[in-house]
Amino acid sequence: MRYIPNTLTDRREMLSSIGVSSIEELFADIPAEVKDRFRPLGIAGRSELEVASILGSMANRNKLADAVCFLGGGIYDHYVPSIVGNLVSRSEFLTAYTPYQPEISQGTLTAMFEFQTYVCELTGMEISNASMYDGATALAEAVLMAERIRKKGVVAVSRPLFAQLRRVVDTYCWASEIDVHEIPYAPDGTTDLDSLPEDVSAVVIQTPNAFGVIQPLAGIKDRIGDALLIVSCHPLSLGILQPPGAFGADIVVAEGQPLGLPMGYGGPLLGLFATRKEYMRQMPGRVAGRTVDVDGKTGYAMAVQTREQHIRRQRATSNICTNSALCALAATIYLASTGAAGLQQVAELNLEKAHYLADGIASIEGYELTFSGAFFNEFVVSVPGDAAVVHDRLVEAGFAVEAPDGLRSLGVENAFRLAVTEKRTKEELDQLIAALGGVR
Amino acid sequence: MSTIFDCRGDERIDGLFPELDVPARRVEGLIDRQLVRTQPVRFPNLSEPQVARHYTALSKLNYGIDDGLYPLGSCTMKYNPKVNEDVACLPGFTGLHPRSDGVRSQGALQLLFELTGFLRGIAGMADVSLQPVAGAHGEMTGMYLFRKYFEMRGDTKRKRILLPDTAHGTNPASAAMAGFTVTEIPSDASGRIDLGALEGELDDTVAGTMLTVPNTLGIFEESILQVTEKVHAAGGLCYFDGANLNSFLGKARPGDMGADVFHFNLHKTMSTPHGGGGPGAGPIAVSDVLTDYLPVPRVLCKDGQYELDWNHPDSVGSVHSFYGNFLVAVKAFAYILQLGDEGLRAVSENAVLNANYLQERLKKTYPLPYDELCKHEFVLSGKGLADGVSTLDIAKRLIDYGVHPPTIYFPLTVREALMIEPTETEGKETLDRFADILETIAVEASEDPQLLHDAPRNAPVRRLDQTQAAKKPVLKYPFDETPLA
Repeated sequence: MRYIPNTLTDRREMLSSIGVSSIEELFADIPAEVKDRFRPLGIAGRSELEVASILGSMANRNKLADAVCFLGGGIYDHYVPSIVGNLVSRSEFLTAYTPYQPEISQGTLTAMFEFQTYVCELTGMEISNASMYDGATALAEAVLMAERIRKKGVVAVSRPLFAQLRRVVDTYCWASEIDVHEIPYAPDGTTDLDSLPEDVSAVVIQTPNAFGVIQPLAGIKDRIGDALLIVSCHPLSLGILQPPGAFGADIVVAEGQPLGLPMGYGGPLLGLFATRKEYMRQMPGRVAGRTVDVDGKTGYAMAVQTREQHIRRQRATSNICTNSALCALAATIYLASTGAAGLQQVAELNLEKAHYLADGIASIEGYELTFSGAFFNEFVVSVPGDAAVVHDRLVEAGFAVEAPDGLRSLGVENAFRLAVTEKRTKEELDQLIAALGGVR
Repeated sequence: MSTIFDCRGDERIDGLFPELDVPARRVEGLIDRQLVRTQPVRFPNLSEPQVARHYTALSKLNYGIDDGLYPLGSCTMKYNPKVNEDVACLPGFTGLHPRSDGVRSQGALQLLFELTGFLRGIAGMADVSLQPVAGAHGEMTGMYLFRKYFEMRGDTKRKRILLPDTAHGTNPASAAMAGFTVTEIPSDASGRIDLGALEGELDDTVAGTMLTVPNTLGIFEESILQVTEKVHAAGGLCYFDGANLNSFLGKARPGDMGADVFHFNLHKTMSTPHGGGGPGAGPIAVSDVLTDYLPVPRVLCKDGQYELDWNHPDSVGSVHSFYGNFLVAVKAFAYILQLGDEGLRAVSENAVLNANYLQERLKKTYPLPYDELCKHEFVLSGKGLADGVSTLDIAKRLIDYGVHPPTIYFPLTVREALMIEPTETEGKETLDRFADILETIAVEASEDPQLLHDAPRNAPVRRLDQTQAAKKPVLKYPFDETPLA
């Protein structure tokens, strides 16, 4: 086998120095009954060439070539600069383990420290961890953290949350016996601030939300008593939007996929998690810190580890161990490549193009934007007649558009959600408008 | 180490994104002023060569599997085949949106469906969920299933999980996330679960056990069938931590040992890279009493068409945004496909052979507290090697010799533990060299211990002050301070 260097001679020599006569003797401690029950998969090995060809065919069965992507809802068809994939695939980054030996892991640790800095700058928060699995688990862990701090047994969640976020929050809360109270939305698509609950551990707001609507955050913190304000956001939108930290958010989380990760059928993703310094000991996940070596030279090591499972066991702030380190590195390299200027530029491209498309569609007879709230790169349109029919027509015409079912659970009928990224050209936007029957 | 924030940037860098091709309306024309950022982010605007050089330089400060032996016990740091990376980068996989309609995602759904089948077969269990994205995430999901199982039976007393004292730290933390409390079960003199102690704890408050098979000493629980029978007889369930699957792959199956939940670490056993700490994948296999509670969505095949299946009303819900770490699943699928049954068996045979060979040789120099046949790993002690020399010193000295140290100070049941897992992707030549180095270090420990105390000297940095990092943590770039010299 290509991945096993021992030769037949090696194996013989090794068995003899161990003092056994066969490999089978090395497995004598597994009960015979267990071994007798063993059944193989019934598959023969294949060459690398054959495997590459099989996987190639499977990839080709995902028919993408003809589709222009307007799908969103947390994962977007953003551009991934070449340098990102190129650098993260260096085997020193790709194949290293968690940096438990900091002296030979300074590459990973320095990048973690940079990542935390980028996340703090983006979100306007004081500290960040080195990543969570995805935006949904980051949000669920934020809720658990708020509950550890406030212990009210109930959290309030704005209704227009992406379905995947709500599902995971509900599951984690069920297991931790936390009640999830829902805050309704106002006609403009924002969270109904007159319905903010009292005496909860946390208030969870998403912005832009599941309707694409940007939630004005000013004043919310003052209206929720001692509840922690948790905000889930789109990281690229923060290139132009005031960060949640500026409005007193206590925990800010995000799905980091837009920062240089492929869509990859939804995984691996990247959870961003930032909070205030005062909650440092309650934060889940790994953190890198700057320190010095015995010669006084600057270096990086994992910090505040007494929160973590390998030390604190059942009293840890979370069980998370393996996280999304390589995705965090990709996001770091992405932001290093865009810089502040590029980040602002790409955010503006998203904003402008989404509005161009929205205007174009809204000018078609019978179509209108469902909500009047401000939006970033995603919006909901109400269609004349059956949204499912319109959806199918678009798919047939070669557009990848989300089915309307997703919005139904949020109480929105005959509408669908469209996302526009910097990758969409004016020509593609005009084609979509034309396909909906408009003239431009 | 200078950071990216120490690099000198320009006012702006053009050329990554195109100019706007629709009529500009400007941010202030589209969004209320109160929503717009007032404080610009302090990200340097850098040229591509600056970025490439900075991260290439950083990468060279790391030690990866292509650099050499990585004998981290319980981590299964095996070689990561290059073809897996290539196939996971195919545009048909990377460019697929998780909300794509079924017609456009047949290849991806088929892959998930077939991998589910492979893992079901390898585990010898009723069904599999690919949704958990890390070992600990699989553990937590497994504990959720335990919780649901007792909830559905109205059995609310069962709040305790029994754990051997050798368990991974994630086990108790995962049990706690599902609302369970943990009771530790001591090991007996041979390093195995003390059956008497286990029986003493089994009552109607026990939800189940979490076992690592073979255990973290690398020793197989020979009485595994009695253990699982006793737990089941007491009304409990058995969780198996799959971190050590590499030791019996293709030879035995957890389902045949009485497991109710078994998690895979695809980033260990199935050769997907660790990425400096993630992403991994932690699918779980379950016995037939738990299949109804598996996370949604699942993937099914109807008349040759694959689809997502949300229709499981008793499911615990979802533990990840979508379908788990799909691109990691692609790599694991390619690996299993390439190995086939024979290759899978060769993995465990060579992993166990390598571990026993090294153990046999090194026990002559280093204390081996549990001296018996091991599986894929074994645990030496650095205690008593020489006065004043610790396992940490030995580990750091290994770095000077260009080798990654083993896992140290774990399991907690061995003082000054050195937990060594060579994996099957190392050959005898490498193992001999590693043993030579450890023997040399043992000599140095008694003749010139300062060499060990001062180690490492050949690394990018020397020993770091981790106490300072803990007491006065600096967790982000201090923009407001003077840059480092």
